Amino acid sequence: MDRTLRRKITNSIFVVLCAAATLVALAFLVMILWSLVAKGFGGIDANIFTMTQPAPGSPGGLLNGILGSILMCALGMLLAIVVGILAGTWLAEYGGKTAYGQVVRFLNDVLLSAPSILVGLFVYEILVKPFHGFSGYAGGVALGLLAVPIVTRTTEDMLTLQPNTLREAGMALGAGRGFVIRSIIWKAAGAGLFTGGLLGFARISGETAPLLFTSLGNQFVNLKMSQPMGSLPTTIFQFALSAYDDWQRLAWVGALLIAIAVLAVNIVGRLVARETHRP
Amino acid sequence: MNATTMDSETAPPRETAPGQSELSETIFRGLCFGAATLLMAALAGVVISLAIGGWPAFKQFGFGFFTSSAWNPVTEDYGAAGPIVGTVVTSVLALVIALPLAVGVSVFLVEFCPRNIAKPIAVAVELLAGIPSIVYGMWGLFVLAPWFALHVQLPLMTSTSLPGWFQAMIAGIPNGANIFTASLILAIMILPYMSAVFRELLLTIPSQVREAAYGLGSTNFEVVSKVMIPYVRRGAVGVVMLGLGRALGETMAVTFIIGNSHGFPHSLFDSGSTIASTIANEFAEATSDMHTSALIALGLVLFILTFAVLAIARLLLASEKH
Repeated sequence: MDRTLRRKITNSIFVVLCAAATLVALAFLVMILWSLVAKGFGGIDANIFTMTQPAPGSPGGLLNGILGSILMCALGMLLAIVVGILAGTWLAEYGGKTAYGQVVRFLNDVLLSAPSILVGLFVYEILVKPFHGFSGYAGGVALGLLAVPIVTRTTEDMLTLQPNTLREAGMALGAGRGFVIRSIIWKAAGAGLFTGGLLGFARISGETAPLLFTSLGNQFVNLKMSQPMGSLPTTIFQFALSAYDDWQRLAWVGALLIAIAVLAVNIVGRLVARETHRP
Repeated sequence: MNATTMDSETAPPRETAPGQSELSETIFRGLCFGAATLLMAALAGVVISLAIGGWPAFKQFGFGFFTSSAWNPVTEDYGAAGPIVGTVVTSVLALVIALPLAVGVSVFLVEFCPRNIAKPIAVAVELLAGIPSIVYGMWGLFVLAPWFALHVQLPLMTSTSLPGWFQAMIAGIPNGANIFTASLILAIMILPYMSAVFRELLLTIPSQVREAAYGLGSTNFEVVSKVMIPYVRRGAVGVVMLGLGRALGETMAVTFIIGNSHGFPHSLFDSGSTIASTIANEFAEATSDMHTSALIALGLVLFILTFAVLAIARLLLASEKH
């Protein structure tokens, strides 16, 4: 009897601890979101989207960072989608089962969680140092390299989910393998591929470390990708660590904007994925 | 014969179905193969460029690079021991904090929580993983650090009844920017990631296995600790390594809150630096070629550390797929 009681008590404690752990995790999410809204929401006004970053003490916005981020993310996503979908297709449809395919998949998984700052160093070595200058191109390539593994992984997963009967039906009509993949399998997995792109975008839109020494930052609006380019995350980094109250307020606004973008993209991605998984 | 001539008037004669041209097949296949190879080349490129860039520093300082904690851009004397120790200590500490929480969260979601609530909670926890690192950094700098300094560091420092070894462990400037708060932020960052992967692992356990254990009269605790976790033990180690890999390479959040001082950290509440935070802080403003090279050499050390940890993680997780 004593032993049963002890087991019951141990069990209750365990259940309570597990529930408490979940509460702690959720509490952090709430606290972080709360700080973002409390400190950032009040600072959102038209200036944020129409003016460039100010000198301390004068009014200003984040326009240079927002435009730079959009341009570099666009370049990054373009690279990531082209390379990622093709590589994912190769893994799912052609060589995924070969030894080479397994090595590629393994390295892709490693690249998926490789430190982003090292990708920044790599791009610095191949695109900044040889051309003697920081540039928006370098920033975009660094972001692209970070998104590629996510797009590749999602593409492979989504294509593998498509039933083989679909491929057989296409081939039975006399179409070649590549034609079947492009016009049947890609279409059937369209929403899934879209999700992969969204997840990749969510990953890179807040990335700071790889931009610090590829695009460097620029306090003026610059639409030339060959020049150093501002970005929202690097502006936040600079402003948050400054000693000026108004710069710190702008940093919070920037952080809120990025968080909203990332969370929205994540949620849309999830909704799309759920729609497609429905039979 | 008649039919073919009629066809050729309206449309060009076709001998094959659409998309069956040998050439386009080969090109498409080649493109896909090229993209996959490009991925491998990217990873190889990272290693090679880091090795080349860091070579001057390795040549100059030799093995002393790993044991010296000097970091002096003026005298051009660089040693990696401080950042390496900082990286390992913060990551391991973060893991120690996050692991029990991650196990708790995933077990709760899989075993105890009603299905209709479990799904939204799981999504919320995964959203925590999606928040960019710089946001964690700002939260750490402006919210966690001041709170920690006021409510943890100061009371501990002013209390006189603590044993000497404990006082030595918590010595430091009470500003909240130190090794311990950096680990805390890292723990918050890797927690959702680890619990998401661990939850997926637990969901792969066949329900017969759990039900058999319950049928023998086991309590929840016994089912989880004696049946479920042992069932996925290799994958569980993989999850731990995955979390460690994330923590080792995390940059921005740590840069905000670790205090950024070179050399060995002397206590838990002392400021320090990690490899990633040192690179983030100094690379764009490196004063000389040797400074740059030393930072890239640090990057190579970080790459080797994370690659080893992540490779083990992936191999363990892959071997778990029954």
